[in-house]
Amino acid sequence: MKPPSWIGVERRPALPPWLVFAISMGAIVSALIAAGIFFQAYGVSPFRAYGDIIRGALGSKLGITETIRRAIPLLLIGVGLTVAFRALFWNIGAEGQLLMGAVTATGIALFSGLPGPMLLPAMFVGGFLGGAAWGVIPAALKAKLGINDVITTLMLNYVAIYVVDWLIHGPWKGTAMRGFAYTDPFPAAAILPTIAGTRVHWPTLLIGLLAAVVFFILVRRTRVGFEIRVVGENPHAARFSGISQVKITILAMLISGGLAGMAGVGEVAGIHHMLLGPANVALGYGYTAIIVAWLARRNPLAVILTAFVFAVIMRGGDVIKVSLGLPFQLVNVFNGLILFFLIGSEILMRYRIRIGRRTTA
Amino acid sequence: MKGIVKRFPGVVANDGIDLSIAKGEIHCLLGENGAGKTTLMRILYGLYGADEGEILLRGVPARIASPKSALAHGIGMVHQHFHLVPTLSVEENVVLGLSEGTGPFLRFRRTRERIDRLAGEYGLQVDPAAKVWQLSVGQQQRVEILKALYRDADILIMDEPTSVLTPQEVSSLFGTLRTLVDDGLTIIFITHKLDEVMEVSDRVTVLRKGKVIATVETAATSKAELATMMVGREVVFRIEKRPPRRGEKVLEATDLHAENDRGLPALRGVSFDLFAGEILGVAGVSGNGQHELSEVLTGLRRAHRGSAILETKDLARCSAREIADLGVAHVPTERIRMGMVPTMTIRENLILKRYRTPEFCRWIFLDDKAAHRNACDAMRDYQISAPHDGTAAKNLSGGNIQRLVLARELCGSPRFVVAAHPTYGLDVGATEQIRQVLLDQRDRGAGILLISEDLDEIMQMSDRILVLYEGEVMGIVPCEEADLEEIGLMMAGSRRREVAV
Amino acid sequence: MSWESWVIATLSRTLAYGTPLLLATLGEIYAERSGVLNLGVEGMMIIGAYAAFSVAYATGNPWLGIGAGAIAGGAFSLIHAFACITLRANQVVSGLALTMLGLGLSGVLGRGLEGFPLFSSLRGVTVPGLHRIPILGPILFEGQNLLVYIAIVLAVLLWFVLYKTRIGISIRAVGEDPATADSLGVHVARVRYLCVLVGGVLAGVAGGYLSVAYRPAWTEGMTAGMGWIVIALTIFAFWNPLLGLFGAYFFAALFHLSFRLQAWLAPELLKMMPYALAIVVLILVSRGTLQKRMGAPSALTIPYTRGED
Repeated sequence: MKPPSWIGVERRPALPPWLVFAISMGAIVSALIAAGIFFQAYGVSPFRAYGDIIRGALGSKLGITETIRRAIPLLLIGVGLTVAFRALFWNIGAEGQLLMGAVTATGIALFSGLPGPMLLPAMFVGGFLGGAAWGVIPAALKAKLGINDVITTLMLNYVAIYVVDWLIHGPWKGTAMRGFAYTDPFPAAAILPTIAGTRVHWPTLLIGLLAAVVFFILVRRTRVGFEIRVVGENPHAARFSGISQVKITILAMLISGGLAGMAGVGEVAGIHHMLLGPANVALGYGYTAIIVAWLARRNPLAVILTAFVFAVIMRGGDVIKVSLGLPFQLVNVFNGLILFFLIGSEILMRYRIRIGRRTTA
Repeated sequence: MKGIVKRFPGVVANDGIDLSIAKGEIHCLLGENGAGKTTLMRILYGLYGADEGEILLRGVPARIASPKSALAHGIGMVHQHFHLVPTLSVEENVVLGLSEGTGPFLRFRRTRERIDRLAGEYGLQVDPAAKVWQLSVGQQQRVEILKALYRDADILIMDEPTSVLTPQEVSSLFGTLRTLVDDGLTIIFITHKLDEVMEVSDRVTVLRKGKVIATVETAATSKAELATMMVGREVVFRIEKRPPRRGEKVLEATDLHAENDRGLPALRGVSFDLFAGEILGVAGVSGNGQHELSEVLTGLRRAHRGSAILETKDLARCSAREIADLGVAHVPTERIRMGMVPTMTIRENLILKRYRTPEFCRWIFLDDKAAHRNACDAMRDYQISAPHDGTAAKNLSGGNIQRLVLARELCGSPRFVVAAHPTYGLDVGATEQIRQVLLDQRDRGAGILLISEDLDEIMQMSDRILVLYEGEVMGIVPCEEADLEEIGLMMAGSRRREVAV
Repeated sequence: MSWESWVIATLSRTLAYGTPLLLATLGEIYAERSGVLNLGVEGMMIIGAYAAFSVAYATGNPWLGIGAGAIAGGAFSLIHAFACITLRANQVVSGLALTMLGLGLSGVLGRGLEGFPLFSSLRGVTVPGLHRIPILGPILFEGQNLLVYIAIVLAVLLWFVLYKTRIGISIRAVGEDPATADSLGVHVARVRYLCVLVGGVLAGVAGGYLSVAYRPAWTEGMTAGMGWIVIALTIFAFWNPLLGLFGAYFFAALFHLSFRLQAWLAPELLKMMPYALAIVVLILVSRGTLQKRMGAPSALTIPYTRGED
């Protein structure tokens, strides 16, 4: 029962924010170096690879705008995840919430019969509600029955995927199908405007930026944000102070699911203009956004930055596919490595190794 | 055990203890909480290491570094909170961690036979195939005992074994203990209940504040004598306090019944009145319902019967939020776990209860400036020492944390204060200050319910003393009439007194 | 097609498709029983698939391929084990990171192997004599891989170990109440490492089966989310290897039926059943006695630190 007498691990006291930032950056750089080694082993010069990525993502107007449009869903979902994580709710289900938002928006676009100018706002509202509903289910299950949030959100992802699959193969099957399944294209009024010459659907971008600011303020300076933080940082104290964990958990997931849903609206209304197969719509944004939110240390404003970083990586994947012939899956290698190094840096920041004599406890 | 010393941060749990146990006897360790009994036995069982001193088994020095080592020496322990895995069966629990010669496989039949044999010999009948969660608490305890017996223990330590048993189960247990002793086992029995000591032990050692007071033959002593030894001599110094100026009734508690986390009754018909301007001290050994009482009165636990009327509202039916809004202050036992959010700043922690009020909250926004002003005032008034109010609460020392909690709870002049173990684990300076704060509140006219394991504190601070034993009120005694021996006896369950008002 | 041959064909394919599900689920059951959630199953399966295919392709020996799959899956799981048990990192994040890495690495490394057929695949065997048993014969004994039989035997074996041996008791104790187990001398970390390793190895073998036996080819992302079904299946099986056996074949059957019943029932609805059912199971075991009897190991996802009482 006694700890070994010569090596021990003890908790560090809190670190100043700049050090936390530096260590996080260090983690990313380490991951990039590791990926570079991987490139080398594969026979590709890492410098060439990174050079291509930087150029492809930031070196041209096309590159930058493509990067930005990749960042839009990451931004929206990431902000939502920071809120969920603050309430200690592990929302792994952003993929599903995005898809359900997309489904709702598609439904409104194709079948609601609303007049033109009302379509887009209705789609956003509907998308928010669709995603929010999908997020509230696991929240209620956790709050009322104590069921693990990781598993329920994960499972609902796949239920959502099959719902989309069913819709595009069944009731919503488009009339002009060629090989792949998708719905009819949206009417013109249901298509999001983009910045001229690019694929950047700026209304969604604006919503995302607005969300980052709004929720930053909400968490820091409002009553509700205070309650969310208390619930997330010490649930016992929350109970002691009379804060309802049930209400807060559900509220946090309403927000997180809703934002993810709106990201889904952006994708179908802004990029694809129809509902496609789930893999092509969601593209792993929901999972990548987890890293985005985590790297941002649950700060909604910082998500703007980290979403951009991961958008660069995604754009880089596109670029390398063409220039070096490496598959898009490379992006997953990057993401996985970064996540791992981030975990490592977390641990480094939490503990330090003490070598010395320990008195018998 | 000779000269055992054990220090924890801030307290000397065992201070030079000499204890000798004879083979084949039932030896009781008597004392209040914090007396050091459990610590001492944990050292014997290898869960802790002693800082000084040595252990001699049958005359030979023994090094006991872990429970496994203790078991190898023949020492087994039945803990107060059982070390059982609920989803496993009885025989699986008994066998867990053992590596007998049968290798990785399990010969259930042989195990079962042996368990049955042991059970039959000592009156510990239990179904070996039953899952532990299906058993009653008494049966679970039998499994714990069987675990030790299965491993050939011949010294058995039992830590407060009757605290979870019904009277019938207690008799059954005592019968088992006598049978074990007849067979040559030695039993060390930790308790705070005088009845049991008198009934079942051969000798008893009384511990108080980490030291051995005396070891006596049970037959040669009396409950009164033991009680006095347990709680100590006359208190050395008294706090200067003004005579109580009792006002109106603040709280009327009637017939409160509540269960503890295990589903057993924790409060069994608790009734008392609390008046403004007085401190009602709740004395009693921990685990007799004090925790549940504080929770019932602050909305953290449901009382399934009874009421606690504060002016017109029944606290037993209110939520924690409603009670906070009513102006009830709660200084919790676990100040870090429940009383604050460590990662938040001092400023934020201070408004944890009142952030909803217009004072701190305009529309949906929190008024940071108001919180800041409040924090500065609080830090000054309560002498919370920290660089500034934006410091994270987890960086505060224990005393400062408690000051923080008090500052938060006591601002706004609450009418009713529940203070649970307010000076637990604090240094002398902080303790003095906090006691003074409570006295000031009382002088201001609040009604304070003070729960504490430190009988000195209760005796010094309270105007009246209520003794809780097994969820019942043994008696309420005004401070002038309080007699240490009588209180000690009440705490140990043996005398009831007319409820004094 | 006659009704009888329809049944036989479906069940036969069910057995084949259920095998990788079963293998990976058995592994995940062990990992979770010891208290470690392994969300990296998908990554371990696919890296196993890639390793198995490339080694089988290079050496011409399918069993070497399966072995390579086992090693790859095991190696990945050791990373997870180290992160979660020794470093006490967050188990969810570590698992997700490994899945991403597995998908990414296998996709990049395997690019050159796409579209190459594997001649040295693990072929089916026909058990002489037994395959003439009416109905059961053709299903079980004709053209099934050895791995199918190995999986079934393994399920029974692992069930026996979990419930009837000392090791099994230690595993279950570590997953429910590591503090108690520790105080009785069980080496918590060692048990957990072992179980996570078993999980990784079996996931790797399952992946190898896919690329070397079931559909002898390599395609990027060929596990197609099977790892997530495994997570659902672990819950659906109430963390019991025998129930996992039935559950794996049940889900496999659902999958096949979804194709065959397309005319009557949308296939997607059947395909989402595993996930929906897992949630239903979780709701069922969330209360009281059912939770104690059949619920999740109580210490699941909680890293264990030995503290003083």
